[in-house]
Amino acid sequence: MIARRSHIYGVIGEFEKPEQLVHAAVKIREAGYRYYESYTPFPVEGLPEAMGMRRNMVPLITLLGGLVGGLGGFGFQYWANVYSYPMNIAGRPLNSWPAFIPVTFELTILCAALSAVLGMLALNGLPQPHHPIFNAHRFTHASADRFFVCIQARDKKFQLADTARFLQGLSAHHVSEVHDD
Amino acid sequence: MSAGQPPFDSPEISRLTPVLGPGHTYSSVTDKISAIVLTRPTSLGWYIGFLLAFSVFGVLNIAIGWLIMKGVGIWGINIPIGWGFAIVNFVWWIGIGHAGTLISAILFLLNQKWRTSINRFAEAMTLFAVACAGIFPLIHTGRPWYAFWMFPYPSVMGIWPQFRSPLIWDVFAVSTYGTVSLLFWFVGLIPDLATLRDRSTTKAKQIIYGMLAMGWRGSARHWHRYQSAYLLLAGLATPLVLSVHTVVSFDFSIAIVPGWHTTIFPPYFVAGAIYSGFAMVITIAIPLRKAYGLEDFITMRHLENMAKVMLATGLIVAYGYFFEFFMSLYSGNKFDVFLVHQRLHGPYAPFYYALILCNILIPQLLWFQKMRTNVVVLFLMSIVVNVGMWLERFVIIVISLTRDFMPSAWGRYSPTIWDWATFIGTMGMFVMLIFLFVRVLPAISIAEMRELVTETSEEHK
Repeated sequence: MIARRSHIYGVIGEFEKPEQLVHAAVKIREAGYRYYESYTPFPVEGLPEAMGMRRNMVPLITLLGGLVGGLGGFGFQYWANVYSYPMNIAGRPLNSWPAFIPVTFELTILCAALSAVLGMLALNGLPQPHHPIFNAHRFTHASADRFFVCIQARDKKFQLADTARFLQGLSAHHVSEVHDD
Repeated sequence: MSAGQPPFDSPEISRLTPVLGPGHTYSSVTDKISAIVLTRPTSLGWYIGFLLAFSVFGVLNIAIGWLIMKGVGIWGINIPIGWGFAIVNFVWWIGIGHAGTLISAILFLLNQKWRTSINRFAEAMTLFAVACAGIFPLIHTGRPWYAFWMFPYPSVMGIWPQFRSPLIWDVFAVSTYGTVSLLFWFVGLIPDLATLRDRSTTKAKQIIYGMLAMGWRGSARHWHRYQSAYLLLAGLATPLVLSVHTVVSFDFSIAIVPGWHTTIFPPYFVAGAIYSGFAMVITIAIPLRKAYGLEDFITMRHLENMAKVMLATGLIVAYGYFFEFFMSLYSGNKFDVFLVHQRLHGPYAPFYYALILCNILIPQLLWFQKMRTNVVVLFLMSIVVNVGMWLERFVIIVISLTRDFMPSAWGRYSPTIWDWATFIGTMGMFVMLIFLFVRVLPAISIAEMRELVTETSEEHK
C-alpha cells in the first residue's frame, strides 16, 4: 500500500474566551493574513468586523424570494380568475383583488422564508459532509466551549513554523497543524 | 442611587432574578443539556409516559380508520351544525401553536433574553400543535384522499380553487405557517445538532446527528450568514403568526351567521391564540423542568413572565368578549340580540358561563405575585385556560350554528364517542411527539444558552 502524502490545510490555535479570539482575529488581519477562519460555538459579537467581513447576500436573496412569491402569487390568482377560468358572479369584477391579498401575503412570506434558509445554506456551502478542519485535534470543542482560529496554508504569507509561532505569540493554546485528508 | 443598585426593589422575583442560574459556563450548559439526549439513561417515567401517550395515539388511528371506512356520519355533526368538533379542535390546536412562534420570533426581535431557554420546546410545541390541527380539516372533508384538490395544480378538471374563499386562504395560511415554523425550528437546531454529533459516542448517533447537522462547523462566516437568516426568519414569522389566526377568524367573520360576522374577530382570535399557547407552554414547561432538573435554565422568572403574558392576553380576550356582547346589543340587529340571549339562557348557556369562569374570572388570580410564582397554581391555571379556550371555540361554533335565522333551521349538537376519540387521540399524539422530542433533540437551545452565559457574565463584571 502506498502511503498518501498528507498536505497541510493550515495551522489551528485555540482560545478560552471569545474576547481573546476577537483580539487575535484583529492581529492576524493586521499581520497581513487573508485566508483564515474562526470557529466558535456561538456567534461571537464583534468577530465579523474584526475579521473584516462585510454585509452578506442573505437579505438580498430573501427580498428577491419575497418579491417572486408576492408577485407570482398575485399574478397567478389574477391569471386564474381573469383569463384561465373567468366566472361572472352577479357582475362583480373578475379581478377582485382584495380577496386575493391573503394568499398573496402567505406566498410572499413562504417564498421569502424558503429563500432565506436555502440561500443561507447555499452560500455556506452546506450540506458538506466533510471538511479538513474536522481533522483538527480537539476540534470537537468548537461546538462546545472553545474558540478556534485556523490560518490556511493557501495564504501567501503562510510558513508552517512561522505561522505557528505567530499564533503562539497571540497566546493561543494547543497550536497544531491541520492535515488535508 | 449608587451604581449597581436596582432602581426598584421588589421581593423575590424582580427584573434582576436571573434568566440563568449562577455559576454556569460554556461547558456546563453544553454538558447539562446534551446529557439529557446523549448520556442520561432513559428513565422509567419516560417509558411509562411515552407508552400512555402512544396508546392514546392508537385511539386516534382507530378513530380515523373508522372514519375513513364509514364517513363523517359517525360524528355528531348534522345539518345545520356541519362544523362541530372538527373545527372546534382545529381552531384550538392552531391557536396553541401561536405561542411558540411568538416566543421565538417576536420576543427575539424585542431582544428579550428570557426567551432563550424556552424557545426551542415552544417551537416544537408549535409544530406538533399545527400537525394536530391539520388533521381535523383534512378528515372533516369526508374524503381526505381528495384533499390535494385544495391546492392549485393544473388538473384535467380545468378549474382552480376559489381564491376568494376564506377556506382556501386557510389552506395557504396553515401550510405556510407549518412550513415556516419547521424552517425556523430546524435552522435553530443546526448548531446544536453539530454539538450532539461531536459529543455522541456511538457510530449510529454520530451518523444521524452528523447528517442532520449538514456539516456545520461553526465558522465565523457561516455564523454571519446564519444570524442574518435567523433574524430575517424572525421578522417574517412575526407578521405570519398574526396573519394565521386572522385568516382562521375570517372563516367565521366573512360569513353572515349571527355571532360570527364581526370585525373584532381577527384581533381577538389572535389574542386568544397567544393566550392558549402560553397556557400550553406553561403546561409543558413545569413538568419538563421538574423531570430533567432544569430549574437553573427555566427559572421562576420565565414562569412568571409567561404568567404575565397570559394575564395580559387574557384581558384582551375579555375585552373582546365584552365588545362582542356590546356590539350585538348596540347594533339592534334582532338576530344578534337573540344570539346574546341564546348564549346567556339557551341550551348551551352552561358552556358560556364555564367559558367566562375559565377564561376571565379564574385567571384574575394572576394579578397576585404569590399566585404567579406558585408552580402548582400556575400549572392548574394553565389547564383551566386551555379548557376555557376550547370552550370559547365550542360556544362560537355550536351556539351560532344551532340558532341562526330561521327557527325551522335550528338544531342541536352533541358529539359522539368518535368525536371524543379523535379529539383525545390528537392529545395523545401531541404528548407522544413531545416525549420523543425531549428524548432525541436538545429541548433547550445550547448555542443560545452559551451566548446567554457570555451576556450574564458581562453583567456581573
